[in-house]
Amino acid sequence: MSMGLLRLLRGNKATAPVARERLQILLAHERGMRGQPDLLGVLREEILAVVSKHVTLDPTKVIVRLERGDEVSTLEVDIEVPNDFERKKAAVA
Amino acid sequence: MAKVLVVTSGKGGVGKTTTTAALGAALAQRGEKVVVVDFDVGLRNLDLVMGAERRVVFDLINVVQGVAKLPQALIKDKRLENLWLLPASQTRDKDALTEEGVGKVIADLRSRFDWVICDSPAGIERGASMAMRFADEAVIVTNPEVSSVRDSDRIIGMLDSKTVRAEKGERVEKHILITRYDPSRAARGEMLTIDDILEILATPLLGIIPESQDVLKASNVGTPVTLSNAEGAPARAYIDAARRLCGDTVPMQVPTERKGFMDRLLRRRAA
Repeated sequence: MSMGLLRLLRGNKATAPVARERLQILLAHERGMRGQPDLLGVLREEILAVVSKHVTLDPTKVIVRLERGDEVSTLEVDIEVPNDFERKKAAVA
Repeated sequence: MAKVLVVTSGKGGVGKTTTTAALGAALAQRGEKVVVVDFDVGLRNLDLVMGAERRVVFDLINVVQGVAKLPQALIKDKRLENLWLLPASQTRDKDALTEEGVGKVIADLRSRFDWVICDSPAGIERGASMAMRFADEAVIVTNPEVSSVRDSDRIIGMLDSKTVRAEKGERVEKHILITRYDPSRAARGEMLTIDDILEILATPLLGIIPESQDVLKASNVGTPVTLSNAEGAPARAYIDAARRLCGDTVPMQVPTERKGFMDRLLRRRAA
């Protein structure tokens, strides 16, 4: 809110407060992650291991994406399963 | 007691080498015996900024590998009695910087000098981690710009965890040096302010070096900026920073170019 006011007063030129806020949010997150293993990499590996127990997968078709929001973050897992999966399963049974 | 000081930043192009040369010269002018050490193996430039590029015979890696003795590799500055340079190798691979070898060279330098100033390469790879490994103090060179501040934060994390001092449970004394600062742009809200940067990085300030044409002029001729135009704004800021490193209390200010009447008139109109 003060940022909007500042911008208004300074004719839309005050970009420094935006820089400051973006840095504060980003660094708060990065400091928390420091020293921890790569969360996305670990998730990707483990999800891949679980799913491939039941389905034959192309490991390059597994996409794990994390989107950080202010309140909540979303974890998006996109796994491409071959179309003949159901048929194979029926054949086994 | 000798002090090992690393000049580091994470990000490239923020002024580490300029700062190493300027602080080294400013400390030597105070009568301290100083060596500046280039850790940027393969991309050395401290020799060039110091004007000693044609006098390099042996380098840090030659000394680390025992090919040359330390005194053979040290280059004495032509202007200042107390200032020496240990150049980096231009050809060899930076994997030649072993921790054991670097540790021995630093210990030897400690016994010969009051200040050992290590000019870190950009990045967080081997050269950068070796440059900070044995440091007692660190100058983190930061531009008032988002990517530089972020990288400084990362480097602060490394100084607190990956140095010999940190591993012994001791602290590396850290200082922020803000370079390329433009007070008028900060006042207009176009540039992060000093307070913004210090609050974000939560580290004390060593000095503020204003954006200035003196810096390029000094590197053009291979002279530390504190010697090339000692009255100029960046030189005065570096000299103040060197005094603070020695423990003097110096009021913090942004030195500005001394402008003539017309400059001031035009500036006021522009602002």
